[in-house]
Amino acid sequence: MVGIVSYGTYIPRYRIKVEEIAKIWGEDPESIKGGLGIYEKSVPDIDEDTVTISVECAREAMKRVSLNGSEIQAVFVGSESHPYAVKPTATIVGEALSIDSFFHSADLEFACKAGTAGIQNCIAMVESGMIRNGLAIGSDTSQGAPGDPLEYSAAAGGAAFVIGSENVIVEIKDTLSFTTDTPDFWRREGQPYPSHGGRFTGEPAYFRHVSTASIEIMKRNDLEPEDFSYAVFHMPNGKFPVRVARNLGFSSKQIEQGLVVRYIGNTYSASSLIGFCAILDVAKPGDRILLTSFGSGAGSDAFIIEVTENIESYDRNQSVWKKIERKEYIDYGMYAKLRRKIRMG
Amino acid sequence: MIPSFWRKIRYRYNLTGTKCENCGRIYHPPRNICPECRRKSSITEVDLGDRGELLTYSIVHDAPESFKLQRPYVIGLIKLESGVVVTSQISCKPSELRIGMKVKAVFRKYGEDGEDGIIYYGTKFVPCEE
Repeated sequence: MVGIVSYGTYIPRYRIKVEEIAKIWGEDPESIKGGLGIYEKSVPDIDEDTVTISVECAREAMKRVSLNGSEIQAVFVGSESHPYAVKPTATIVGEALSIDSFFHSADLEFACKAGTAGIQNCIAMVESGMIRNGLAIGSDTSQGAPGDPLEYSAAAGGAAFVIGSENVIVEIKDTLSFTTDTPDFWRREGQPYPSHGGRFTGEPAYFRHVSTASIEIMKRNDLEPEDFSYAVFHMPNGKFPVRVARNLGFSSKQIEQGLVVRYIGNTYSASSLIGFCAILDVAKPGDRILLTSFGSGAGSDAFIIEVTENIESYDRNQSVWKKIERKEYIDYGMYAKLRRKIRMG
Repeated sequence: MIPSFWRKIRYRYNLTGTKCENCGRIYHPPRNICPECRRKSSITEVDLGDRGELLTYSIVHDAPESFKLQRPYVIGLIKLESGVVVTSQISCKPSELRIGMKVKAVFRKYGEDGEDGIIYYGTKFVPCEE
C-alpha cells in the first residue's frame, strides 16, 4: 500500500502581529482578529524563498528516516511563489538534496493546493511502479499587496513528504480531486501581487470545493465524520476551516491539532499540509485522518489516511507546534524590507 | 559569474569536501590535488557533516551593494564535527553570537544578479536551537 514514508516541515522564525499591520493601515486589530481568526503570521528572512524552504523541509523529511538522495526518483514542488517564472524550483531542490540526476521533476502551480497535487502525482507513480519513492513538497512565500486584507494572512512555510510503499508511517487509502473554473483569486503574469474576488472567495470557491471533495471521498469509502480521529482543511484564515468542519459534521476536537493558521497565517501550498504534519506529530496507530486542500481557481484534493504501527518508532522530535513557538517578532518596517515592499532608488 | 558559480554548486549546496587518502587531510573548498602529497595525492569526496562550533566571527557593517539589505551581517569561521574549518555567513543577529556556540548548516539565498538575473543559493549557518 502506498503511503507516507517520512515528512518534514519548515516555518521561518519571523512573525508579524495583526496589531502591527493594522496600526499602519488605520484598521481595528480586534475586528481583524475576530473576522479572520488570525493573530500573527510567519515572515521569511531576506535570504529565504520557496527554494530554500523546500530544501529545508525536504532535508528534515529525508534525515528522519536516513534516506539517501539516490533513493528518490521524483521531485514535485507545488507553490505559487516559485522564484523563477522559467527554471524549475525542483531542479535546485533535487541538486541540494544530492538526488541522483535520473529523477523526474516538475514544478506545480494550483494556488494553495499545488502541494497536495504533488502528493497525488507521487502516489500514482509509486503505484504504477515507475518509481520507488517520490518527494512531494508544498512551499510558499506568499505576498499580499500593501493595505490589502491578504496582508494579514499571506505567510511563508513548507512541508515535504516522501511517498513510497515500504515502511510507511501512514497509508493513503484514497484520494480524489474536485475542480471547476471559478475565478475567486488569481495573479496575472508579471504582476507582483494577487487579486481576489472578496466575498466571492467563500461560498462558490472554498466551501463548495472543500465540502464536495470531502463529502464525496467519505461517501465512496462508506465513512462518516465520526469515523475519523482528525480532519484538516485548507486554512486561508482561521474561520473558513472551522466553519467547513462544522458544516460537514466534524467536532472542534477533531480539527484543533491541525489548526495552525492562527499563529503562522496562510502558508498557501503548505497550509493544509503543515496542519496535517501537526496531526502526524501526535497521531497513533489506527488513527484515520481526512485531509482536504483547496486551491483557488479552483479545486480541492481530498485524502483518507490511516496511521500505521511504524509511526511509533518514527522520529517526531521536531514537532510543528514547537516550530510555531520558536519565533521572533518584527515591526512593519522590517516586514516591508524583508518582503521587498520598499522601492529601492 | 554563472559558470564559475555553477561549477561549484555541488560544494556550495552541501558541505562536501575532498580527502587525500594518502595523508588523510580533508579540504574545503575541495582540491583536485593535495598540496602536501602532490603527485602521491589520492583525492576522494567526503561529507563534512552539517553541525559545527563557531570559532570566531566578524560583523560586517559596511556592506557591499548586494548585501545592503542584510547589514549588519555576520561572517564566521566554523569548525565542523569532521574537524574541517569553513568560512560562512551566519544568518542571525549579532546579539545572538557567542564564540564556541553550536551552529548548523542551512540552505539559503546568497544573492542574485538583479531582478532578471540568476539567483545564487548555498550553505549558511544558524545557531543550533536544540
